[in-house]
Amino acid sequence: MSDTTASAVHHGHQEHHQVGFWSTYVFSLDHKMIARQFLWLGLVMMVLGGVFALIFRWQLAWPETPVWGFGWVPDDSNNMPTGIVTPNFYNMLVTMHATIMVFMVVMPILVGCFGNFLIPLMIGARDMAFPTLNMLSFWFAVLGGSVMMAGFFVEGGHAAAGWTAYAPLASVPKYTGVEWGQNLWAVSLFILSLSSLMGSVNYITTVINMRTQGMGWFRMPLSVWSLFITAILGLLALPVLGSAVALLFFDRVFGTTFFNPAQGGEPLLWQHLFWYFGHPEVYILILPGMGIASDLLSVFSRKPIFGYRAMVYSMIAIAFLSWLVWGHHMFQSGMSPYLGSAFMMTTLVIAIPSAIKTFNWLGTLWGGSILFTVPMLHALSFVILFVIGGLSGIFMASNVVDIYIHDTYFIVAHFHYVIFGGSMFAIFGGVHYWFPKMFNKHMDDALGKIHFWLTFFFFNLAFFPMHILGVGGHMRRIYNPMQYDFLKDMQPLNVLITLGALGLGLSQIPFALNFLGSIFRWNARWFRALAQAVTAFVCGLVAYRAAVVASAGLMPAEPAGTGVRVFAGAVFAAVFVLIFAYLSRKMGEMGRAAAQNPWDANTLEWVAPTPAPHGNFGPALPVVRRGPYEYSVPGEAADWAPQTQPLSARAAAASH
Amino acid sequence: MMSWLPENISLEGVEIDRLFYISYYLTAVTFILVAAFMLAFIVMYRQKPGVRAKYTHGNTTLEILWTVIPAVILLAFILVSQNSWARLKFNPPENPDIRVEVTGKQFNWIIRYPGPDGKFGTADDKEFDNQLNVPVNKKVLIHLKGEDVIHSFFMPEARLKADVVPGRTIPLWFTLTKTGKFEIPCAELCGFGHSGMKGELVVHTSESFQDWLKKTWAPPQQASRQ
Repeated sequence: MSDTTASAVHHGHQEHHQVGFWSTYVFSLDHKMIARQFLWLGLVMMVLGGVFALIFRWQLAWPETPVWGFGWVPDDSNNMPTGIVTPNFYNMLVTMHATIMVFMVVMPILVGCFGNFLIPLMIGARDMAFPTLNMLSFWFAVLGGSVMMAGFFVEGGHAAAGWTAYAPLASVPKYTGVEWGQNLWAVSLFILSLSSLMGSVNYITTVINMRTQGMGWFRMPLSVWSLFITAILGLLALPVLGSAVALLFFDRVFGTTFFNPAQGGEPLLWQHLFWYFGHPEVYILILPGMGIASDLLSVFSRKPIFGYRAMVYSMIAIAFLSWLVWGHHMFQSGMSPYLGSAFMMTTLVIAIPSAIKTFNWLGTLWGGSILFTVPMLHALSFVILFVIGGLSGIFMASNVVDIYIHDTYFIVAHFHYVIFGGSMFAIFGGVHYWFPKMFNKHMDDALGKIHFWLTFFFFNLAFFPMHILGVGGHMRRIYNPMQYDFLKDMQPLNVLITLGALGLGLSQIPFALNFLGSIFRWNARWFRALAQAVTAFVCGLVAYRAAVVASAGLMPAEPAGTGVRVFAGAVFAAVFVLIFAYLSRKMGEMGRAAAQNPWDANTLEWVAPTPAPHGNFGPALPVVRRGPYEYSVPGEAADWAPQTQPLSARAAAASH
Repeated sequence: MMSWLPENISLEGVEIDRLFYISYYLTAVTFILVAAFMLAFIVMYRQKPGVRAKYTHGNTTLEILWTVIPAVILLAFILVSQNSWARLKFNPPENPDIRVEVTGKQFNWIIRYPGPDGKFGTADDKEFDNQLNVPVNKKVLIHLKGEDVIHSFFMPEARLKADVVPGRTIPLWFTLTKTGKFEIPCAELCGFGHSGMKGELVVHTSESFQDWLKKTWAPPQQASRQ
């Protein structure tokens, strides 16, 4: 059944051999192209969302000083007069940083890109069940994104009520002074939720109906399971967001009073609606990362995933329980304390399946033959950073502890560890791993390793101290910590965090150079030298700053003296030379042609030719005869074999 | 990390800190164990020539163990948490020593005392902007109200926080154990003035609180009769 429908698509493409530019690159119906489109969207938005964070982090470390690079802004600006962030602009930056990162970076990349790219290839299908719907889901995402960008250009500025947009702050314009910015925010999210729904329908249908012969449910890689479960969550959660933002829009624009208590409305209704969506949403953000990490850990340990069925059932449990915990965002909201008790219990219960997954990841490593490739480095980081994020969640799961840490930086630390430490590292790992399949080229390993180590180091430097700030009671979303006596002693931590954030931002430059250089094969000597020099410069710059801080402290009374600068300059030079030398020696050709299966991996996407054509697999679809994680099978010469190869009787017997 | 916790000034804070420390030890031990195993495994099981990975799909006993043990630990944590939560939140005091109404309004805390008659809404009520005066070691009950948007009344040293929601009156009660002056920041984004929205909590000794009461509700001075 599935092959006739899919082959109709396939033949349709074959007839139109000479498809033009627009059908190939813009309105493509091919899931692989759509996946790449989502990837570009997400990566570009990541730069924007990241820059916002750097600007408001500057304000937090050095309040009311001009942000470096923005001194040219005229002093009658509403936003950054002479480069100094205003409180209104600060609230907008914080709001849009989160909104962009959640809806326009992590979801497009994990769900839009990896979901689209991997599902058909890994289950042995020729394309998604509904290719046109797939194309529409991307363009709706672009439409939603465009509406979101438009909000920056309207009077009153963009939404500034937090990505959580609590009513009445967000539902009554006069409380923020923001007019159409918040309205466009709501409209954009409505459109984005439609895009998500289209994707969900497609993914669910494809996984249920289009698995190739032999691809039973329990022979699917965990990446596919995670994306399938994520799609179900999306199907059920995004309509709630769409409804909530519609009500918000109506209150703001048509004078309804859903959230206005003076006229019978209820501010807490917004919170219930938003978090009823919001909690499953965060599992949408993490589950694909868990699936990807599982696959990477197995491939690069050359070992079956430990506890495959437990991994599947725990993801299902997480998804189911995710509907029952939303009130933990509202422990201190004024809702009945009896509800608080109930949500506290469900929230602590949801920790159990995540713990099971963690132990199974460790089990996968145990007894493995571990290869420290760039994707593996990211997958390993995923595990330990997700563990830190999950453990900090234990504190806030207790509604008692949450009384103190709610709305403090402890929460900010928690979600950055799970979303960045978790999802983002999974994204980096996944991009490096599937790059050969997506672009028919390899990324460079040396640049990849430098990017990894820089990112890992600066991520922890930026976000670990936030736990400490939270313990000290430092609130979220405040513009100037120096306005509070009880926070003054912690200000050096704010400086340290900002330095970490700036380092983290700079650390993404090697990734950008690697990604672009590999796709476009920029191997001209001058570009390679530039990439090596820029990367070395970034490393040198952070070493310089580290040397200055080490000598003069985080909050020196006056600018660093000549002696310190000379010392730091010497450190800069040394690091620059070392990194440049390392890269000159180790950096290979960027974008060298990809092997068919560079990682010796079993899953079906590596059976398809590289580059994979329309229809993915040539005239005959693969037939699956073994599970996805049969690595190092006793009795087999190679430590891997594609899923199309049957397990020998001896191996099947040894399988336990 | 825990040394950054400000000095606790409330009875309720003792309960909250206790649970905070339990969380801390529980998670610290878990993290150290997981990290240690992970580090050991990636060192011990790095690829070596001629050595193949173990071919195993898992271990049911281990799965059961590492499901049940965390479940038991978390169940215990649930019970301890629920116990404290019930004590802290289920029963507002019927006869507090001090009753105050605090209204959050962009960007101030408006503090209203009922005055000697003990009733809100009468002539002897007195309102203050951003200053909450209470005596030490006495039970205080605050009625939290909101005028415009959601704010959050936060006393870091007392460890207490409760949102202020327009259309509702939310009770928050506590007994403070140290005198002194402390800040009451707003802890929920409430607009462009959110940062810097803070009140002052003044915790008096009994005597000094009596003095404050007398001074605040002093009968009006007779106009000079010269």
